[in-house]
Amino acid sequence: MSSSPKRLASWAMALVALVAAAALPASAQESSRDRFPGIGRAATPAEVAAWDIDVRPDFKGLPKGAGSVAKGQDVWESKCASCHGVFGESNEVFAPLVGGTTDEDIKTGRVANLKRNDFPGRTTLMKVSSVSTLWDYINRAMPWNAPKSLSTEEVYAVTAYLLNLGRIVPDDFTLSDANIAQVQQRLPNRNGVTTAHSMWPGREFAGTAQPDVKAAACMSNCPGETKTTSMLPDHARNAHGNLAQQNRLVGAQRGADTTRPAGSGSPSPVPAAAPAAAAKPVAAAAQAPIELLQKNTCTACHAPDRKLVGPSWGEVAKRHGGKADYLAAKIRSGGSGTWGSVPMPPQSISEADAGRIAQWLAAGAAP
Amino acid sequence: MNRTSGRLIKAPENFIDRAGVGRVFAEAKEGRRDFLRSAFAAAAGVAAAGSAVAAQPEGDPNILNLPEHSKGLGQPVVTDGYGKPSRYEGNVQRRQSPGLTQTAQASVSFAPLQSLFGIVTPSGLHFERHHQGWWDIDPSKHRLMLNGMVKTPKVFTMDEIMRLPSVSRFHFIECGANTGMEWGNVAVPTCQYTHGMLSCSEFTGVPLITLLEMAGADLKAGRFILAEGADGSSMTRTIPMSLVRSGEVLVAYGQNGEMLRPENGYPLRLVVPGVQGVSWVKYLRRIELGDQPYGTKDETVHYVDLMPDGLHRQYTSIQECKSVVTTPSGGQVLLDKGFYSISGLAWSGRGKVKRVDVSVDGGRNWRTARLQDPVMSKCLTRFNLDWVWDGKPAIIQSRAIDETGYVQPTKPQLRGVRGTRSIYHNNAIQSWLVQESGEVRNVQLS
Repeated sequence: MSSSPKRLASWAMALVALVAAAALPASAQESSRDRFPGIGRAATPAEVAAWDIDVRPDFKGLPKGAGSVAKGQDVWESKCASCHGVFGESNEVFAPLVGGTTDEDIKTGRVANLKRNDFPGRTTLMKVSSVSTLWDYINRAMPWNAPKSLSTEEVYAVTAYLLNLGRIVPDDFTLSDANIAQVQQRLPNRNGVTTAHSMWPGREFAGTAQPDVKAAACMSNCPGETKTTSMLPDHARNAHGNLAQQNRLVGAQRGADTTRPAGSGSPSPVPAAAPAAAAKPVAAAAQAPIELLQKNTCTACHAPDRKLVGPSWGEVAKRHGGKADYLAAKIRSGGSGTWGSVPMPPQSISEADAGRIAQWLAAGAAP
Repeated sequence: MNRTSGRLIKAPENFIDRAGVGRVFAEAKEGRRDFLRSAFAAAAGVAAAGSAVAAQPEGDPNILNLPEHSKGLGQPVVTDGYGKPSRYEGNVQRRQSPGLTQTAQASVSFAPLQSLFGIVTPSGLHFERHHQGWWDIDPSKHRLMLNGMVKTPKVFTMDEIMRLPSVSRFHFIECGANTGMEWGNVAVPTCQYTHGMLSCSEFTGVPLITLLEMAGADLKAGRFILAEGADGSSMTRTIPMSLVRSGEVLVAYGQNGEMLRPENGYPLRLVVPGVQGVSWVKYLRRIELGDQPYGTKDETVHYVDLMPDGLHRQYTSIQECKSVVTTPSGGQVLLDKGFYSISGLAWSGRGKVKRVDVSVDGGRNWRTARLQDPVMSKCLTRFNLDWVWDGKPAIIQSRAIDETGYVQPTKPQLRGVRGTRSIYHNNAIQSWLVQESGEVRNVQLS
């Protein structure tokens, strides 16, 4: 036998692989299938169909169907525009979906703006590399406050409309399971992605084994950073609230009192009454019809004290104090133009529940 | 100021303001001469800077006057069936960063790392990330389905999963976007907001491979799984089978000895050690085994890393070696000059932390910190280092090295390769500037 350590090692590895292949899969699996009798049962075909909704980049899982850009526009305006804007461009609630791509990108499959340091922001259409991802996510998670409520036709239609906004498909296009693979060939960033990195934990993508950033652990007189280049400006000192109230009241340090100017020196003593103040909103919250507001996903667009998608409860109460009937009707019918460009969709809520919320708002929207 | 622990805490200079002086004289006129004398004696003592002994009264009133809790009857047992922290700990809370997200149902809360000890995050302080709001799901109605490349698609109830032999392991979970706001410059003041999308728990559950084998999984052709949640977003994520086969990936229901908290996926979530939090699918309802990756939203549109050449790295999952000093850290104020134990957390998605170095001069010189037991794989490791603060400005940093030899990079080193337009996977060395006033600020250096 050869004395070469290299050959010996490869022989040993082959043996290990042989033993593993022979011993592991079949018998280990058999034994564990029988090891836990009575645990788990077979899923019925209907159960699998009810939950197995994912669509892969090779379109495995995509249901048959079709939807037009025109139909998509209708669905969009009633169910999507309130968060994403009429043209998918809105940055009010979520990052913009559309913008930043060109006809040239559609040809090359690389979004040129991604190479620019000065291009502000990245839209979904600049990033997405597989059209299945759009279809799958709209189908499983949209609209935001009523996920999984779209029909298959509506998902095709909304996807078509979104692609049309990005000039990937024409105005008269109907997206279907039959032509979606051709649409994939027009996605602006289909070629702009890579798995050649070391941050996937397995070898499935055959990425690289070595991390991309290689630092050394110098211990003394190290070259390096000497100049402070970035620090929060003084005017932002209190932007995250009073840090004195975000730190423990005992121990090696206190939180800085950011209601006072920087450099005021000594930690200000925080009265022990602070915890009681923190607990207060919880007790008071019982007054608001929280469960109704949450159940009807009002809280997705409204907050007690600041503007989200729509006005705060406080603002509504201020403008429409005492007008419970008006408010109850608005909740059920929806509306637009009163508070800016973002419309409020009609809520499917019982008259009684809408009345309760309206009365609370009309009475001042106490937290 | 002489306020070092163990010595008498004396009144600070000028503790009697003008109104106070007026009151003292008024009360003196009414005959309270004893009060007048002692008040001025104390003030004079402090004014004679440094003469610590001269000013001391007979002792600390906290010792001399027995408090109520030493002289009365306390609360009975089980006043509170599920105990809460002391009311004096009310400042230790999860918090949102203002303006980070527009909707509270697709938002994050940050764990208060600056106030935690050891490596375990109390379950109620575990950071949160929700995609479409959290739910408190009835466990008796929750189901887990396994399908795809299996001999028999299977359904398990919670009762059945909890009948199986369980394992319990400590692991960190970190959001891929943790520290993401700091890629370009300083954006937030404290380590709660820079690093608080990080938590560590003991998770209890069943290795996913066991369930897959029970369903007769095709372990040769099945190279990826899809994990899917039961909440509105039905979050999905592709996980490599190589990691599942290792037995590390758990279908977990336990967290720190109790059931998972609803905000963290009650009653069932996936645990994927070393991999960013988005893959630890909450409210886990389904596992599908397949031969291709799934191209889900959060691996192809989000959680993609934009490189300087305009390419997006997809399926970036591992949280690389990283550390942060939590004590002292941004937004805090040191009480006084003198001794401190610098302490912080280190972790690596590739295994164990091997070493942590700490610098107090902005990275010029480093000393090796003590690692606190236990040191576990893909888990937080607590480190500390003795330090005597001389009252001069200091820049505190920590640098972790994991068992693969990977060294946590500086910000310029990381940016040198990845540019500045990334959002995810910022594992650069953090710098805290201790100012002469004792106040600690978040800074970046070059």
